[in-house]
Amino acid sequence: MKVPECLKGVTGVDIQGPGVAYSFDVFGITINITETVIISAVIVIALTALVLFLTHDMKKNPEKKRQVIAEWAVQTVDNLIDNTMGKGYERMAPYIAALFASSIFGSLVSLIGLRSTTADYSTTLTWALMSFVMIEYAKIKADGIGGYLKSFINPLNLISEVSTPVSMSFRHFGNVAGGMIISTLLYFALTGLSTAIGLAVPIFTIGIPAVLSLYFDLFSGFMQAFIFINLTMIYISTAKSED
Amino acid sequence: MMMDMSSLEMFCKALILMGSAIGAGLAMIAGIGPGIGEGYAVGKACEAIGRQPESSGAVTRTMFIGCAVAESTGIYAFVVALIIMFINPFIGSL
Repeated sequence: MKVPECLKGVTGVDIQGPGVAYSFDVFGITINITETVIISAVIVIALTALVLFLTHDMKKNPEKKRQVIAEWAVQTVDNLIDNTMGKGYERMAPYIAALFASSIFGSLVSLIGLRSTTADYSTTLTWALMSFVMIEYAKIKADGIGGYLKSFINPLNLISEVSTPVSMSFRHFGNVAGGMIISTLLYFALTGLSTAIGLAVPIFTIGIPAVLSLYFDLFSGFMQAFIFINLTMIYISTAKSED
Repeated sequence: MMMDMSSLEMFCKALILMGSAIGAGLAMIAGIGPGIGEGYAVGKACEAIGRQPESSGAVTRTMFIGCAVAESTGIYAFVVALIIMFINPFIGSL
């Protein structure tokens, strides 16, 4: 029986980094426009459109459902910041909410068959460096520039300082990339199992991966986004309350 | 026995690939540590919720953050294994 190519399933383990769509040179440095960049840009545009739609035509007394949803989202983020960081950090809300939204959409985009943007180390490293700059700014603001430099007399502090963005970015990247690799291996194994018992079409790959996807895509994606913003908030709020 | 240059190179590459695969496997032994640590943390959180059911929200939130921090070493090992498997730095330095 002849089986069309698209029904053969996953017949080889092919785990690659994000594909390069277009690349150009600027002063001898090659700049690659990768899959991640394009998908991130689409996510940014989609989120902007969603926010503009939710906050369009607002009334003092909410009449439409979308205004209630928008108010609920803002209220949730404000409460989270209040509970985790204490009073006086209301200005952090837009940054935290934006980080959470881009992280969760970047992970969940794998549910519609695209490559997760957070399975690329560039994305998580960028976010971790952004958070790192804010943490250091909070520390300098709390201690003054002299007090901040004085804390580096003990060189171990320097190591713990540098390891903050590294561990934050590796954690997020490792969880999402690990889930991606395990899903690929599972598809490969189920295809092999179907072929081994003589089925031309790999029917085992229907349904079974969805259970794992529930954990690796939905739960893990949500959890990592939550942990990332929580660590950012905790680091920033402890910068002030120490000593 | 004399080997010509290309087959010697082939042999060296095979040796490096073998060592890399074993190294990646050994690196993932670090997965034991976070497993034990997170299990202990979750057990303690269950105890705390059993003692004070009304504080289950705060306990669960703190537990997840602690688990994420405890997971770091496992994730480092995983990243090392990924680097060895997919962007092998040793083949290039042959």
